[in-house]
Amino acid sequence: MRMKLAATAAMALAAMPLSASADGEVNIYSYRQAYLLEPLLNAFEKETGIEANVVFAKQGLAERLEREGRNSPADVVMTVDISRINELVERDLVQGVENDVLNKNIPENLRHPDGKWFALTTRGRLIFVSKDRVEEGEITTYEQLADDKWEGRICTRSGKHPYNIALFSSMIAHHGEAETEEWLNGLKDNLARKPQGGDRDQIKAIAEGVCDVAIGNSYYYGNMLQDENQRPIAEQVRLVFPNADDRGTHVNISGIALTNSAPNKENAIKLMEFLSSPEAQRIYAEANTEYPANPEVKPSGLVAEWGEINPDQLSLQEIADNRNAAVKLVDRVDYDGE
Amino acid sequence: MTEAVTAADPGLSQPLLAKRASRRWIIAAALITAIVALPVLSVIFLAFFPEENIWPHLIDTTLPRYLWTTIQLMVGVGAITLAIGLSSAWAVTMCEFPGRKFFEWAMLLPFAVPAYVIAYVYTSLLDYAGPVQRTLRDWFGWQNASDYWFPEIRSLEGATLMIGLVLYPYVYLLARAAFLEQSPSLFAVSRSLGHSALSTFFRVVLPIARPAVAVGLSLVLMETLNDFGTVDFFAVQTLTAGLFDTWMNLGNLGGAAQIATTMLVFVVILVTLERYSRRRQQQYAARDNRDPIRRFTMSFPRQLICVAVCAIPFVLGFVIPAGTLGLYAWEYFEESWNPDFVQNTLNSLFLSSAAALTTLLIGVILAYSRRLHNTRGMQILMRLSSLGYAMPGAVLAVGVIVPLAGFDNWLDSLMRNTFGFSTGLLLSGTAFALVFAYTVRFLAVSAGSVESALQKVTPSMDMASRSLGYTPGKTLVNVHLPMLRGTLLTAALVVFVDCMKELPATLILRPFNFETLATYVYQFASDERLFHSALPSLIIVLAGIVPIILMSRSISNTRSIA
Repeated sequence: MRMKLAATAAMALAAMPLSASADGEVNIYSYRQAYLLEPLLNAFEKETGIEANVVFAKQGLAERLEREGRNSPADVVMTVDISRINELVERDLVQGVENDVLNKNIPENLRHPDGKWFALTTRGRLIFVSKDRVEEGEITTYEQLADDKWEGRICTRSGKHPYNIALFSSMIAHHGEAETEEWLNGLKDNLARKPQGGDRDQIKAIAEGVCDVAIGNSYYYGNMLQDENQRPIAEQVRLVFPNADDRGTHVNISGIALTNSAPNKENAIKLMEFLSSPEAQRIYAEANTEYPANPEVKPSGLVAEWGEINPDQLSLQEIADNRNAAVKLVDRVDYDGE
Repeated sequence: MTEAVTAADPGLSQPLLAKRASRRWIIAAALITAIVALPVLSVIFLAFFPEENIWPHLIDTTLPRYLWTTIQLMVGVGAITLAIGLSSAWAVTMCEFPGRKFFEWAMLLPFAVPAYVIAYVYTSLLDYAGPVQRTLRDWFGWQNASDYWFPEIRSLEGATLMIGLVLYPYVYLLARAAFLEQSPSLFAVSRSLGHSALSTFFRVVLPIARPAVAVGLSLVLMETLNDFGTVDFFAVQTLTAGLFDTWMNLGNLGGAAQIATTMLVFVVILVTLERYSRRRQQQYAARDNRDPIRRFTMSFPRQLICVAVCAIPFVLGFVIPAGTLGLYAWEYFEESWNPDFVQNTLNSLFLSSAAALTTLLIGVILAYSRRLHNTRGMQILMRLSSLGYAMPGAVLAVGVIVPLAGFDNWLDSLMRNTFGFSTGLLLSGTAFALVFAYTVRFLAVSAGSVESALQKVTPSMDMASRSLGYTPGKTLVNVHLPMLRGTLLTAALVVFVDCMKELPATLILRPFNFETLATYVYQFASDERLFHSALPSLIIVLAGIVPIILMSRSISNTRSIA
């Protein structure tokens, strides 16, 4: 019996793809879908001959990295939100990188002071409005989302989603907790329906007449415009860069960090350099309609049409620091409740 | 959790057993349980080290709602699965109607559809832009959503229905097996004493089938409690949602582990209560398989009712989702078909088979050890070994990482210090970690079925075999296993299908560049690209169908095998 068990285990081991760190490899733990990374990693492999391996998950990668400790095969972690990457710093799982190429490609406000993470793209958290039912200029700031005039007219995804949490954190940073709580209460009262679905679903809801105003990340709208089945839906909304005329629009980042254990450190840094390079940044911009972190690269033509984004200059660190307060605020306001 | 079907089994007279031989079985069972219980114990351990005390905040804010929603969801899903599972099992077993043979196995097909997939499908069909509402608007000339009312699929009710539709096969499967095993003469006696068929069903048939139905229902409820994909997608706030929020948003793994442990306690209490409530019941091996079931011949309207009872859940739970996936897969075929696809399918098949075999093997060892040595300690071992089923997959995955990575790093340090070379991570991040996780998660399913089947074999078989000189091991291989063929196959296949669908633990534990069909589906679906995930979703469903048909055959054959 136990022989058979051992045999099964041996079979399982034999079948696994070897994740040992041979030459010419770099291993990625990614919070971003592997298929979104594919074009970038293919380009990287073509240029350097280094093979990039990926594990994608939305939960548990930090725990896995921490428990694997110094033997972890992961070289870099890629995330889609400032809080997630900041958590890696706080738990001391990543190391600083002092690298001229990276420092030249990524502006100072988009990287950790000690190089413990680097942003690769930024994405604005925008307001989308119905072309038919909302006048141009009728809403221009996040603050106005709490105005009575929008009662029963706003849709958002769950208040607990990291993208909303980051937005609420930035509100706390600007207005303090008490004022933000009042604002969030107002926003909740304006909701047309219980928060649900993803960002695309909110844009769809405007097209459906469920609501007139929605909050969503810029690239979801861009991707909908690029998909011929979804374009008619996206064309019914107009986008607004909130607070463009005062502090600027809230932006979040997707980023990369070098792990403490990194067995292929050299290759990992090559990957980081590559991803910040104009070549890779153009892929990010074109394929996923995000804003490149590298200022040398312009957003795609489609994104440029929307007009210039004026990003909020609030430090990303401050947004990360307010995360817990924002999460608890969402609970207190019962944002996701009926 | 799913263990004993009978409340007390006769046990074996000790003097007959060669003490030494049986001790080996006990040690094996204890060792296996120790290993299998490690992940759950790790989670309980983590619960002692929260980042901050999460309870005051939870109790002040969301906990009451989480609890209430969870209870509503469990009661709702329980009611739906019981209603569908029992009525259809009764219909196909006892009534003669057109299509009966087909429905015998077809009723199981929704089991192959993962809950998150059926949720995606119905959302795309029933939401505003979907074909149903579009057609209604065309017919009635409505302009937009404010012109009419339409039930919201993304709601507690919607989630209850979705989960119920894919989980009722658990109840159906076990209820049908139990109905088939009941002696038709019991039924005949009740009828001759003046009870109607319906009253006989509730007074005789159901009480006898209750242990089996309870096992099915407890599997349903545990899966419901742990579901994350569907409730997350529908924004239904259950305890699981609170757990993930604590973990991911508040960065408090210890707090999340506390919630998971609380849920675990909840489950244990539930199961204990159920067992306690029938502590005085005793099941006797009163099965008489030579006597064939005489099905009712019925009037045409009644036959129609039977067809409806089976067809409605089958169409809703299988035909519509699979058909829709088929259409989408066709439409987006060129984008979804790629070379990785075959590899992903093979990965899923390989992992699921390996896990099914391991789980079955361990299930047999545990259940047989308990038969040899039916003590309180052994019962506790059985319970401990099946706790993994009562824990959300992602949390269990962290519980798997802790001991595996701990072992790897311990071995690595030892080797570095004594021999000066590094062994690195031997088990973490390999297919072994996945098979281990699946085993821990689904052992309850196999051990439970094997145990309940073993208990129906009369102890005199063991005595005869042993007195003729067979060791316990030989008795198992030559006497029990051949008799249990059907059960073993069923147990392995249920685990196989469960593994094919498993998502959260697979995501976290898998090796680099390693996709199963479920993870492949998820990466598109989680990015709001449902259409692209149609083809792989369809393959998960199709891959589940073959074992399901085999499974159904084996159950139908129980009456001729034994």
